[in-house]
This record gives sequence, C-alpha cells and structure tokens, in this order.
Amino acid sequence: MFATLAPILLQATLETFSMVISALVLGTTFGLPIGVILATSGRGELFEAPLFQKIIGPIVNATRSVPFIILAVAIIPFTRLVAGTSIGTAAAIVPLTVAAIPFIARIIEGAIREVDGGLVEAAQAMGARPFQVVTKVLLPEALPGIIHGLTLTAVTLIGYSAMVGAVGAGGLGDLGIRYGYQRFRPDVMAAVVITLIVVVQMVQSLGDWLARKADKRNI
Amino acid sequence: MIRLSNVQKTYPARRGSPAHKALHGINLDIAAGEIVGVIGRSGAGKSTLIRCINLLEVPTAGSVIVDGTDVTQLAKRDLPLFRRQLGMVFQHFNLLSSRTVYDNIALPLELAGASKADIAAAVDPLLPLVGLEDKRDRYPAELSGGQKQRVGIARALSSNPKVVLCDEVTSALDPETTRQILSLLRDINKRLGLTMVVITHEMAVVKQLCDRVAVMDGGVIVEEGKVDAIFANPAHATTQSLLADEFLDYPARNNTAATAGQEEA
Repeated sequence: MFATLAPILLQATLETFSMVISALVLGTTFGLPIGVILATSGRGELFEAPLFQKIIGPIVNATRSVPFIILAVAIIPFTRLVAGTSIGTAAAIVPLTVAAIPFIARIIEGAIREVDGGLVEAAQAMGARPFQVVTKVLLPEALPGIIHGLTLTAVTLIGYSAMVGAVGAGGLGDLGIRYGYQRFRPDVMAAVVITLIVVVQMVQSLGDWLARKADKRNI
Repeated sequence: MIRLSNVQKTYPARRGSPAHKALHGINLDIAAGEIVGVIGRSGAGKSTLIRCINLLEVPTAGSVIVDGTDVTQLAKRDLPLFRRQLGMVFQHFNLLSSRTVYDNIALPLELAGASKADIAAAVDPLLPLVGLEDKRDRYPAELSGGQKQRVGIARALSSNPKVVLCDEVTSALDPETTRQILSLLRDINKRLGLTMVVITHEMAVVKQLCDRVAVMDGGVIVEEGKVDAIFANPAHATTQSLLADEFLDYPARNNTAATAGQEEA
C-alpha cells in the first residue's frame, strides 16, 4: 500500500512547495516595496506622503480581513485573467500571492519600525540620500525580523495552499480532501497530516536558523 | 568656519502640544581648528542647536554659514553632499549592528560612492588612530561602550571632514572611559586640525576638551567665552549652578563658584 501512496504523496508535496515558494517570492517582490513605503511615509518620516499612507493602509487591511477561502473564490475572474485558468496548481499561485502581498507588507513595515531611529539620523548626518537610508540601513538592520516574518508567512501559506485544494488546485490539501476525506481513506489523511507537520517544522527550523545567522545583535 | 546668526527654531504645534520655541536667536562664531563646547541642562536647546549646523533640524529663521556657504539656502538634494563634509558622533553611538567595525567606519564613504580601494585607504589608518586594530572584524555587540564610541569617532572621521559635531559623546560612558575618549578627541583635534562643536551637560567635559564654551539656558546663549575665564569667573546663575553640580564629583577642585555651590548644598 505504501508503494502506491508514496508517489502520490511526493507529487502532492512538490506541488505544495511550488505553490508556496512561488507565492512567497512574488509576494515579497510586491510586498517589500509596499512595506517600506508604509514604514517610511508617515509625517516627518523619510518619504513623507501621509495621503499615500492613508490610501494604501486601508487597502492592505481590507485584503487581510477577507478570509482566504472567500478571497480565493472571489478573485476567480482575476485568476483566470492572469493564469488563463482557475483550476490547477499554477492558478492557485494567484490567490496565494494576492493574500501574501499585504501580509508581507505589514511584516516588513513592522520590522523596519523596530530599527532605532538614531540610526536613520546618523545615516542622514553622514550624507545618506533617502533611498540609501533604506538600502544601507533600514533593510540590513531589519533583516532578522524580516526573515522571522517571512518564515511565518511561509507557514501560513502552507495552510492556505491546503485550502486552495478545495477550489481545484493540487498539493497536499487536495490529496487530503479527495483521497482522505471523500474516499474514506484514513491512512491517506494521516499521511497528509504527518507530511504537513514535518514540512512546517522544517520550514520553521530553517527560518530560525537563517534569522539567527543574520542577527549580529547578540553574539 | 561656522557662523550662526540669529538662528531660531520653533517646533510647530501638534495635536496635544502647543508650538514650542527651542532656539531664540542664537549667534555663535566658531573658528577653524577650535573646539567649542555648548553646555546646558536638558531642554536648554543645545541638541537642537547642533542639529541646525548640519541641517538635521532646519532653522525657522536665521543663517548657518559653514565654510563660507549659507547652508540654510541649500536645495534639499544638495544637503547630502554638504553633510558629507561634516562628521557627527552620538551619545548612543548609533552603530549599525549588522556591520563589522570596519564596515561601520566605511559607511560614510560607501554612501558617497567611494571605491573599495579608496575605502580601505581611508579606513585602515583610522583603526590604529582610535586603538581598534584588533577589533576590525568584530560586530558592535562584541564591544564595550568606550570601544563603540571609538568606532563612532572613526566613522565621523572617515570621510575626512573639516568639522566634527559631538552630541553628548561621553554621557553614556563611565568616568575613566570618558577621560580616554576626551583625550582621544583632543589628540585628533591637534593632529588633524579639525573644528569641533561639543554638546554636553558636564563641565568636566568642557574643562578637559574645549577652548571656548557657550552656556545655554531656555534657548538662548547666556554666557560665552574662553574656558579658563568662564571657570575662573562665571557670571550667569546657570553657569554657576552647572559648576556647582560638577563640584560634587570633583571635590579637589579649587574654584570659588564651585565652593559656593557646595556651601549651598
């Protein structure tokens, strides 16, 4: 029995990985600049633009307040527009990315706000241009916090990726629902749950290790 | 080298707090190569004053002339270029925790777009100057307070500035480390002929480091002159009380004002 289950399980795990990693990379690509702007556009801050902050903040909050399963269904027309289809692993990356962007933006914002304001002042006194303050000071100093936050995002996305299984994507969630639940196969369900636990543990350990390596504050 | 004329700074009213006038028309001349102390209690406006010199705070009125240029007239995009001619040392060091000693000192040059070779040529001689040859590849978390401030001083010097601004640079350090840092600054001033502006609330710092001193209270300079003259004959009540504070720490000092302060205490 294991011989028949193993290839399906491996296939599903790889699909989950590809969905999560793609959404994480795309989510960071869009979420990072949004997070930087959220953290630096307040009154008296680096890129003062309070109006921008007033507009982008509520949009980020609105996206985050929609339950993921509703979001995934609600944006199906957009998913079809971007991916050409709304079914399958590639299509699932669209709602996962849409959910990841505001999540990552808030995480980046929080990590940057933790950086001591004295460092920004010191950089400005040295003649740093605002963009240099971001690249040379804020992001390197916030890196341990950003890594922690991205690890959290990855774990959350693994959970979300199981949900998109319900709307026709592949991956571990899909396997659990179709084989474990609908075909009454508790062995498959157990295998899926154990695999998810192991994957989440590995991701968390990797994230913790990277964050520790990046953190030079306690040596 | 630096001429402040009628420099005023008012912080605008915010929700919950009315407008606050931090500087009421400051006039101060600082000659090239001179170390000038600005002393005062918390809230006297001395930190605002030093930040008006490198435009971290923009004066509400008045002019700040540094090396012949009225820097209050500079366009915003020219400010970084101007600031690269000044070094600044901070009370809480403000070192980047993610960078080694070497990379912290190199930062001002990196920001100015210097090549790796130019950075090495500037940073390598600074390490022995501040006594940190053996800490080159250490991170700030591995250093003591005095060592961190030496990195801060080296960083302020790396872009080869004409002026160094010192904002309470010894206030977070113990007395022995304070003496070492002050003698390092004095030594650097003699060797490199730098102009220094030193903000402090301790008369001992003024006595050990400065040529001239300006005493601030309530956003104005209440007394100004050669350090020896001010110590021998303090005219203003603020100066006298600052000297009296110091007397408790240095009981051996033979100073009339300080003695008077002790009797009051």
